[in-house]
Order: sequence, then structure tokens, then C-alpha cells
Amino acid sequence: MADLLRPSVAIAAKDFLIEWRSRTALLSATVFAALVLVVFNFARDPASLSPVVLAPSVLWVTTTFAAMLTLNRAFMLERENEAGEALRLAPISPNAVFLGKYLANLAFVGVVDLVVLPLFVLFFNVDFGGVLLGLIGVIVLANLGFIAVGTLSSAMAVRTRFAELMLPVLLLPFLIPPLIGAVQATTRILAHRPLSELMGWLRLLGLYDIVFFTVCLLVFPSVSDE
Amino acid sequence: MPTTTLGVILEGIALERRFGASRVLTQVDLAVGRGELLVLVGPNGAGKTTLLRLLAGLTRPSKGEVRVLGHALRSTPAGKRAIGVVSHQTLLYDDLTATENLRFTAKLYGLPSATDRVNAALDQVGLRTRGEEPLRRLSRGMVQRVAIARALLHDPSVILMDEPFVGLDRASVNQVCAILRRLLDGGAAVVASTHDPALVWSLGTIAGVLVQGRWALYQRLINGDGLLARCEELVRG
Repeated sequence: MADLLRPSVAIAAKDFLIEWRSRTALLSATVFAALVLVVFNFARDPASLSPVVLAPSVLWVTTTFAAMLTLNRAFMLERENEAGEALRLAPISPNAVFLGKYLANLAFVGVVDLVVLPLFVLFFNVDFGGVLLGLIGVIVLANLGFIAVGTLSSAMAVRTRFAELMLPVLLLPFLIPPLIGAVQATTRILAHRPLSELMGWLRLLGLYDIVFFTVCLLVFPSVSDE
Repeated sequence: MPTTTLGVILEGIALERRFGASRVLTQVDLAVGRGELLVLVGPNGAGKTTLLRLLAGLTRPSKGEVRVLGHALRSTPAGKRAIGVVSHQTLLYDDLTATENLRFTAKLYGLPSATDRVNAALDQVGLRTRGEEPLRRLSRGMVQRVAIARALLHDPSVILMDEPFVGLDRASVNQVCAILRRLLDGGAAVVASTHDPALVWSLGTIAGVLVQGRWALYQRLINGDGLLARCEELVRG
């Protein structure tokens, strides 16, 4: 296990350091998210649609597309000077590369969420009293599976000529179940519904996380090979 | 079939590589022993880079096998650990410093005393004083020297070099040749592909000329000077 985790943490730390220096993905993702929220804020008619009805969809559309910008960057880094070849030359399991990229992507998307959430509160004036922890829980649960699929898709897309265009094409069909689950769970949380009404959607998200994380981990070695 | 020598640590056995219908390498055998340097030359498109990628384990052979230290290359991590590669590209991150790049490599290889190794590697390529600068601020030649330091950081027994002298000035070429000399004296096996074989000819022990994916010449360097002219003639076609 240490043989898997040691290089994974090194890869994640390296990605984070490079992103900290360049701020390419995080800056573009957070600016994109802020702009989308601004547009939605001015496009909706507050008199006809309650924020609680609209807010969950806006939150998840915004974070999903913003996250895609950061996911796109994950393996693009390795294309520069063919640095990814050095990962393939190293005596580490391809799963360590997947885990490292997964950890880095979790952190990047987490940072994007941290920026989006306060803006979301500001623009949609949603009552977060007593539901913030639940909402963070849903975000974490949805992100775990979504980012596993995103990391694998990013590794596949980067091998094509049009990586930036390919990622959404590969990723979006797989995002439908967790997006539906996350929107439904968020709607119920913001409406202060009892936990029993959420449990079905939380189970769906949990199952998606376990199944897709496992599948992505198993498939990644063949994706990363020549 | 090349003559096998005692202490062979890198073997290519009947290597063949196809890309679709196109056959890039055909029946390529090689054997490089401890302290030997195979000077690999050939015209553009002859299959030199493909051969080096097969030997590095980056590409699978369509037929044949690569053996390192007696084991199939892809069967154990020990095979990967034994190989160091200097590629066309630097395999480095421009946003990181030379020290950070080498530290990252040390972590991937699980090397103990990483800081000492990194400092020693930077000393070896004469870049200790520039170690804390991001690579994008260094010249092409300096970055190439960092790439060489990266390839040698884990003390590999087999070093594969694809055009290692690209972008290097005469002083840096001499420095790299001195490093190669030390590695050969230490028992490493080296395969160096180059368009200018004269640069490493004095260090070479085997000459291999690839033309259209086959050995046009594979010979031990006993009387090297005449052979160099013949190699260059074969490359010119």
C-alpha cells in the first residue's frame, strides 16, 4: 500500500505546486464559475422562480463545468516536454499515477467549490442555516465519483488531438447519474426536508462512487499504456 | 545476429515493431554488456527512436523480447529501475526548478537520501548554482543537462540516450562525454543514438547502423576509424 501511496502523494504534490506557480486551471475555473453565477443571477426572474427551486441546478451546472476546466489540465501537464513518459519509465504502478492525479483533482475541485459556495450564497440568497454541513457532505460525495471518472476521461482525452473538446464528450454521459443525484439531494437539503427523503439519492451517489472509482482504477493501466 | 559478450545486461532479441501495416523494425538483435556503449546511427526514419523506446519499455515490441539483467523488461519493477532514459524531449516540468524536478524523480524511484543525491546529480552536470531556478529560465543546453541528471539520478545500469547532444555547446558535449566515460568505467551499458557518431566514437565499443528498420551494420569497434567512415556512408545511403 505504501508503494502505491508514496508516489501518488508525490504526483499530487507536484501537480499542486505547478498549479500554484501557474494558476492556470484554478484561476480560469473560478473566474468561469463566478461569471456563470452572475449570468444566472441576472437572467432569472426572482418573482416567478424561487431561489430554492433554481439554486441546486445552477450550483451543480456551475461546479461541474468549472471542474471540467481543472480536469482538462490534469494530464495536459504531462504532455509538456513529454513528462508523462517519465512517469511511465518510473518503477511505479500506473494505479499510483491515477491515484496521484485523482488526489490533485479532488483538491483543485475542492478549491473551486470553496470559491463557488460563498458566491452562490451571495447571489441566490439561500438560507444555509443548519444545512451547510449537509450540503458540503453532498458535494464531497458527488465529487468522489465524478472526479474518478473525470480523471480517467482526462487521461483518455489527452491522447487525442483535440483533448479540450474530447473531455466533455467523454465525461458528460457518465455524469448524468451523479448530477441527478446531487441536484435532487441539494434540493431537499435547501428545502430543509428530513434526512429520510435524501437517503435514496445519497445511496445512489455512494454506490456511484464505489463502482466508478473501482472501475476507473482497474481501467487506467490500459488507458495509460501506449 | 550480434556477437554475445560476457556480462550482457541489455538484450534485444528478434525485435520487431509494426504500426498498422507499416513495419518499422525487423528482426533487430542486440546485446550490450557492462562497460559497453552501442553507438546507434541511421538516417531519419530508420527506427532508432522506436528501438530506444522498445528498449526502455515505453513501447511494446510486436515480436521479440527485451531483457535487462537477464529478466524480461516488463516482468519486474527491477527492470524499470535499471534503466535511465535521455529522450528527444526533456521529460521535465518547466514550472519546477531543477532541484524540484530531480526531487520528484527521487520520490518516484523511492531513493533514500534524496537531497544528497539531487545535489550530487546537479554537481555532476555543473548546475548546482542554478538548481533553484525554474527550468523555463534556463537555456536549452542547461535543461538538457538537467534531463541527463534526471536519467542518472537512480544509478541505472542501462542508459538509453536519444540524441543526447542536441542543444549542447562543445563544453557541455565534453562534460556529457566525461559523464559517459565515468558511467562506462562504473560498468553501465549505454546505447546512444546520434546523428553525429564522431562525438561518442572514442567511447563506443559497438557500432550499429539502422537502415529501414534493419541492421545495415552491427559490429564491434576494433579498428574504429575506418568503421566510422563506413557508418557515415551507410547513413548517407
